Amino acid sequence: MITLQINGEKHKIDVAPEMPLLWAIRDIVGLTGTKYGCGIGVCGSCKVLLDDSPVQSCLIPVSAAEGKNIVTIEGVSENLQLLQASWLALNVPQCGFCQPGQLIAATALLDKNSDPTDDEINEAMIGNICRCGTYQRIKSAIHRTVELKKQGQS
Amino acid sequence: MNPIRNISRRTFVKSVGLASGGLILACNTSVFSDKETAGEKELASFNPNLFVQLNADGSLILIASRSEMGNGVRTSLTSIIADEMDADWTKVIVKQAVGDVKYGDQNTDGSRSVLYLYEPMRKMGAMARAMLIAAAAQSWKVPVAECTAENHHVLHKSGKKIAYGDLVEIAKTLKVPTELTYKNPKDFKYIGKKLRGVDIEEYANGSAIFGLDKRLPNMKFAAMQRCPVAFGTVKSFDKTAALKIPGVIDVIEIPRIEKPFGTLGGIAVIASNTWAAFKGKEALKIEWNYGDNASYDSEKYMKLLTENVHKQGKVGKDVGNVNKAFKNAHKIVESTYQLPHLAHAPMEVPNAVAWVQGDSCEVWAPTQDPQTARKEVSDYLGTPEEKVTINVTFLGGGFGRKSKPDYVVEAVVISKAMKAPVQVVWTREDDIKHGYYHTVSSQYLKASLDKKGNVTGWLNRFALPSIASTFSPGVDYPAGFEISSAANVPFDIKNMKVEVGQSPAYVRIGWLRSVINIPHGFSQNVFADELAVAAGKDPLEFRLNLIGKDRMEETEDPIKYNTARLKNVLKMAAKNANWGKPLPEGHAYGLSVHYSFYSYVASVVEISMIDNKLKVHNVYTVIDCGQTVNRDTIKAQMEGAAIFGMSLAFYGKITAKNGAIEQSNYSDYKMIRMNQIPKVHVEIVESTEIPTGVGEPGVPVIAPAIVNAIFKLTGKRYYNLPLSDYGLV
Repeated sequence: MITLQINGEKHKIDVAPEMPLLWAIRDIVGLTGTKYGCGIGVCGSCKVLLDDSPVQSCLIPVSAAEGKNIVTIEGVSENLQLLQASWLALNVPQCGFCQPGQLIAATALLDKNSDPTDDEINEAMIGNICRCGTYQRIKSAIHRTVELKKQGQS
Repeated sequence: MNPIRNISRRTFVKSVGLASGGLILACNTSVFSDKETAGEKELASFNPNLFVQLNADGSLILIASRSEMGNGVRTSLTSIIADEMDADWTKVIVKQAVGDVKYGDQNTDGSRSVLYLYEPMRKMGAMARAMLIAAAAQSWKVPVAECTAENHHVLHKSGKKIAYGDLVEIAKTLKVPTELTYKNPKDFKYIGKKLRGVDIEEYANGSAIFGLDKRLPNMKFAAMQRCPVAFGTVKSFDKTAALKIPGVIDVIEIPRIEKPFGTLGGIAVIASNTWAAFKGKEALKIEWNYGDNASYDSEKYMKLLTENVHKQGKVGKDVGNVNKAFKNAHKIVESTYQLPHLAHAPMEVPNAVAWVQGDSCEVWAPTQDPQTARKEVSDYLGTPEEKVTINVTFLGGGFGRKSKPDYVVEAVVISKAMKAPVQVVWTREDDIKHGYYHTVSSQYLKASLDKKGNVTGWLNRFALPSIASTFSPGVDYPAGFEISSAANVPFDIKNMKVEVGQSPAYVRIGWLRSVINIPHGFSQNVFADELAVAAGKDPLEFRLNLIGKDRMEETEDPIKYNTARLKNVLKMAAKNANWGKPLPEGHAYGLSVHYSFYSYVASVVEISMIDNKLKVHNVYTVIDCGQTVNRDTIKAQMEGAAIFGMSLAFYGKITAKNGAIEQSNYSDYKMIRMNQIPKVHVEIVESTEIPTGVGEPGVPVIAPAIVNAIFKLTGKRYYNLPLSDYGLV
């Protein structure tokens, strides 16, 4: 048995230790917000926070995630919720499928960098593909979130 | 208020084949099956037609009959009803229609959902509004003419006011009116404005259910190994290793169904989770009969196509006398363009859940075309369509791939064999290697110029495996619909000839976002740029002159195109980009304009090249798609189309060797990423013309505009895509 801590809740699951975290989250735990896009760590659809770092859950075996704090799109974090509000305000998603991964990547960025430059946003988001091409709005929504946070602090 | 009978578009809707009669059912028949309404039985409701259910509490359920795949269609179609009904948008709940002909054509394809449904959806709303007004008048015992509707209420001239929900009991007893009136467009509250997508919140919090997210109790997961060569079959297989993978339940052979949307066939691994199914699939040992398509070699095939366009072909159009024009030319320009196959690669791979129980079947699938899926399932099971329910989930992208329900049939075949609900999941590798590919093309263009630089003759000879080959195996020339966008090129040229060359198909050929307009839009726009250079003229001025005087072009289509609108979008894009004004050192502009899906789109792109690496800085796109519904959706589609167009220009290339597709995943079938994006500036023409295509027409202009800009900057012309082949990206 392996115990995963996802969004603050413990889940005991009986799977092979090498099962990728993605499939454990989706098929065993049953949280389907984390998406399968490529299975080889090049599209970012499956991103989750693992002890605050964005990881491609299709590449991480569950054994490596045991004992760590996992946050998915269904989870709670200050920056995630603020970013989600900006996603709504700017009507960011088109088909929506890649957006959980995009939001997780953006959350990880703002958790570490409260005022990222365009280049820093590119760096943080380069691993996430959006086939619909919503990148421009994603970038604007990250900037908006930063601006609102700054205003809130002043 | 405008009487509906005076709306000329009605004739149009008929002429394009929408069975509008099929959309309007009798009053007070429930939209929902008893099963679906079981929980809301006590709630009285008013169902004036198939698309509208008003509940006594004022909540308003509107049906979206088309599939949501990022096109914003669930918002746009329902907002048309709500506007015409004078409903309060905050009270609207959108419900997705199952696949059923009673909703009219549901194939979400060809950028025509709003084109076909604008008028019928207005009618649905107008009908509901008229009946609610009549109900209020009856309850107040006043003439209908003294009542008006506003924001989910009916008002009487005396100042009396009643909420829509309170009129349900009376309204449901009324007859459907035979004459309806439409709102004056100046009173629109939602149509032509900006609305937030109704599903945005679910997308952002991860709760949206895509096909891949559907779960049923006791559901099994299946993955399939298909033959690397299109239409190859299983010779023998060994399942021993696969069955040893923990979680693998069974391994079965799936036959090929020889239909356009039939199963490719292969070996299916059924497991208790997706990963086990994928692992089991990898562990299979299969020997294949590769069949005839094993000879497919993209390099050799491109040579063949190019040979075929460098000799006389079959004539698709012949106006004037091209040979004479060429003979009398002051200058001749000729070029050959080669574009490779493309794959759709939507972020959500093909997948479907099916549950066959006895002679019935229920499916949950991300499908663009639930009616075709229903027919395919019904045919396979030999059961009437009434026994097949196709539930449409959200689509994680479609781009044409998900209007081909081969993956739905696979799920049904496996569910039937397993006697259990089954979700079939394609790996990304399956998606890239077993698609319905966008065609591969070679195009030869030749034109003559007179002394003044006017184009006097134009020959377009192209060869590309046809979409028709997927439906009629053996077709080896482009079909009529693939010729038309070359034949209907909106240039004012007296002598014009279009020919097609032989081009057999070795893989399944399908339609991909903007379809045949990708090759034709590319060759026409790059060639026109070359002609401008040969004529010594500015590309903008040359192009406007080439399009010529304002006129309606006569085509066989019910909708004619208007060269004034085409020139207008080009002028606007040029103006927005400050065409002609100096750019920063090392930057250059390229332009492109194309008419497709009845819409007019022009783009100007601004690029630079540093160390021979291309960077796109700005894209200025202008679209004229007639009457707009949700302007933010149109803007988003143009932004997305610029990225889609860049991806195919930079990287898009699917190739075959020994019949097998060489690419496998986003690692070798690459996409534009965040660090490469330009700023996309979009302007939408204000118009009261009929609403036309939005999802696709923004794509074809991007690649040629980039190639034209590179020429402007470097003097080097690139004739083939993708640009990564030249080391530019």
